[in-house]
Amino acid sequence: MPRGGAEKEQGMKAKHQRLVLVVIAVLAIVGAGLLAAWSLRNQANYFYLPEQMASDPPEVGQAVRLGGMVQAGSIKTAADGVTVDFMVTGNTDAAIPVRYSGILPDLFVENSGVVAEGSLGPDGVFIATNLLAKHDENYVPKELEGMGTKEAAKMAADTTVGLD
Amino acid sequence: MIAEIGLAALWLAAALAVLQMVSGAMALRVPEGEAAPLAIYTRPAAIVQAFLAVLAFFLLLYSFAVTDLSIKLVATNSHSMKPLIYKLTGTWGNHEGSMLLWVGVLAASGGLLAAFEKRLPERTMGATLAVQGFVALGFYAFLLLSSNPFERLPVPAVEGTGLNPLLQDIGLAIHPPTLYAGYVGLSVAFSLAMGALLTREVNPSFARAMRPWVLGAWVLLTLGITAGSFWAYYELGWGGWWFWDPVENASLMPWLAATALMHSVSVLAARDALRTWTIMLGVLAFSMSMLGTFLVRSGVLTSVHAFAVDPERGSFILALLGLYIGGAFTIFALRAGAVAEGKRFAATSREGALVFNNVMLSAILAIVLLGTLYPLLTEAFDVRVSVGPPYFNPASAIFAIPMLLVMAVGPLLRWRADKPARIQFEMLLIAAVLIGAIALVSFFGSYPFLPLLGLGLAPALAVAAVLPLRGRNLRRVPAATWGMVLAHFGVAVSLFGMACEGAFTQERLAAVAPGGTEQVGDFSVTLESVAPVAGPNWTAIEARLAVRQGDGEPVILSPQARNFWSPPQATSESALLTKWNGQLYAVIGNQAEDGRWQIRVWWKPFVTFIWYGGILIALGGVLAIAGRVRVDVKRRKAVKLGDARRADLEALGAAPVPAE
Repeated sequence: MPRGGAEKEQGMKAKHQRLVLVVIAVLAIVGAGLLAAWSLRNQANYFYLPEQMASDPPEVGQAVRLGGMVQAGSIKTAADGVTVDFMVTGNTDAAIPVRYSGILPDLFVENSGVVAEGSLGPDGVFIATNLLAKHDENYVPKELEGMGTKEAAKMAADTTVGLD
Repeated sequence: MIAEIGLAALWLAAALAVLQMVSGAMALRVPEGEAAPLAIYTRPAAIVQAFLAVLAFFLLLYSFAVTDLSIKLVATNSHSMKPLIYKLTGTWGNHEGSMLLWVGVLAASGGLLAAFEKRLPERTMGATLAVQGFVALGFYAFLLLSSNPFERLPVPAVEGTGLNPLLQDIGLAIHPPTLYAGYVGLSVAFSLAMGALLTREVNPSFARAMRPWVLGAWVLLTLGITAGSFWAYYELGWGGWWFWDPVENASLMPWLAATALMHSVSVLAARDALRTWTIMLGVLAFSMSMLGTFLVRSGVLTSVHAFAVDPERGSFILALLGLYIGGAFTIFALRAGAVAEGKRFAATSREGALVFNNVMLSAILAIVLLGTLYPLLTEAFDVRVSVGPPYFNPASAIFAIPMLLVMAVGPLLRWRADKPARIQFEMLLIAAVLIGAIALVSFFGSYPFLPLLGLGLAPALAVAAVLPLRGRNLRRVPAATWGMVLAHFGVAVSLFGMACEGAFTQERLAAVAPGGTEQVGDFSVTLESVAPVAGPNWTAIEARLAVRQGDGEPVILSPQARNFWSPPQATSESALLTKWNGQLYAVIGNQAEDGRWQIRVWWKPFVTFIWYGGILIALGGVLAIAGRVRVDVKRRKAVKLGDARRADLEALGAAPVPAE
């Protein structure tokens, strides 16, 4: 680092100050980039379809997202009135049980798309901390866009007509 | 007819942008001091263009006010039954209208620059306005070729389809225009930086011309982000105040760059140091503004802000982005070597501290940028991820904590070179407050690491913020210094709010039968009744909650679950009870089969300080601008007086002057 002091010393280091500043700035930004890359690999929240979660489940407690359709007739409210259990299905028969405590999104209904954020519990029940349902008639959770054609058509029908 | 006049105004403005670009560039071809034949058109072109673009925006505003359903944009985004205020704000609650607002503000700031900036050499001004015209031209092309706001329907619609109910809120009236004005104010900083670079005029007088624009843009961005955060807090009904949503990040990134730029341009103006660094940040700040516009407007993100746009528009904005950012960095790379090095300084000096914090702000910017773009990158490889607080909070804190510590001592250091021993007392005091506060808080309970650190840092920063005033005659402290003190104090206030919210929030979620009572923190909440209510374009279920603090008088809160009918959508309207030391936040959910209602109530101590802090920070910026303007006016007056005296002396010079 350049230091103040005698004029002679400053003169000697004159050419270097800008270079040193640039090097420090570049090092810091590259450091930030590496840190970002490293922690993104660890902290990014991966998206699972129900069949993927059934065949290759994430580690217990790891934050992931689960997206699919709410199975018809599967929504059950527990005795406390705020905990709901339901099943999420995808393109195959695989269904993942999900438990959520909280106020359900306004447009959370059976046979509609949902993305659950949370983690898999040791008993195989997905504990959701947040549910994302369609926000308005134009909004489809991004993760549901690439579902199977059958599901996508169903989704499209469900999400563009609005609530019944 | 109105729509056609608006469209014609836009085409004319685009033509004037070409003239402004060409005639400004002509000024570059002749040496300073000589008159370029075409250059005289630059300033008038910018001013008239500003008038036309603003006129076009007001014509669209008028069309929305009278709900002219023959205009496609009005028919698809408005409704004759909507309250007038939301008809007006609906003008920018859609893609085309918001882009027109963007362009209008861009042209207006270019016009203001052309009309009032007289300090810079004409060649630099010409180059600056040419760049401004070039930027404007790209966005006119975007508006006219791919998102014409004045497009007519072949057959007028019978009724409009309405506006997203989430956007039918007073927050929408102020949040986007403020943010846009901030984004676009940075375009002037960008043009000035390019102009100075092209004409090799990177010096303190250029920095003094750039400073008010950077400060102004930064104040507006600060207010816009603060308002946006509060809007998300009470409108989305999730109780959070920052979600690291890509759209929020899109407004945070220009703010980070503008904060760094504002500090570095002050160093350049006062000390003639950090020349190339300031230019680089000027380019970076506007690049982040355009990137933000791209992220929000291109449809690559799904959010309440992305108004279902087609991919063609996304490619158009991406091409513009590549052209401007690529071009700017190419010119920077070619010319940066020619910028003479500014004044030097020691590592331990006020400049040194500012450089350190500039680098830290840039590092946080890199963290946020990578986290925001990462999901888009992985999607190209068909891997879907979402990046949230578990990444953003710790990764940005790693750089924010050293930055806040240096922010505490930096203003106490002298310019150029200083010895740390000189400010020993101040440093010990700050450290004592920091450690004392952390010890005190951890004595009463155990809290997560980051909120705990925030609770320690906040009082330490508050003390550090006022320390630069120690031993000074308060009546003679310049307004700009007061601005700095206030803004740094605002950071402490905001940090305190965030840390309290993170550490002390209490939540209660329960299904309650009418008459039932729940306890949260110090409050008992009784559900008195639930009844349907109706508004102008919605119906709702409204709960009456009687909230009692201790044994005090009950206060009635009425959270609603609203159903809008055009377009059909449900929203949750939270009810807030604001106390000096926090907020009670209540929402109502669904009815369970047995007739009980879901109620969710939070007690959030000092959460309001987050936004009070934001307002203080912005006020600090306003004070700094006011101080600079006052000094500038004084200087101009002095120059005028000096000229007058010289003229007098010359007149007298004919007569013999008596010897002294």
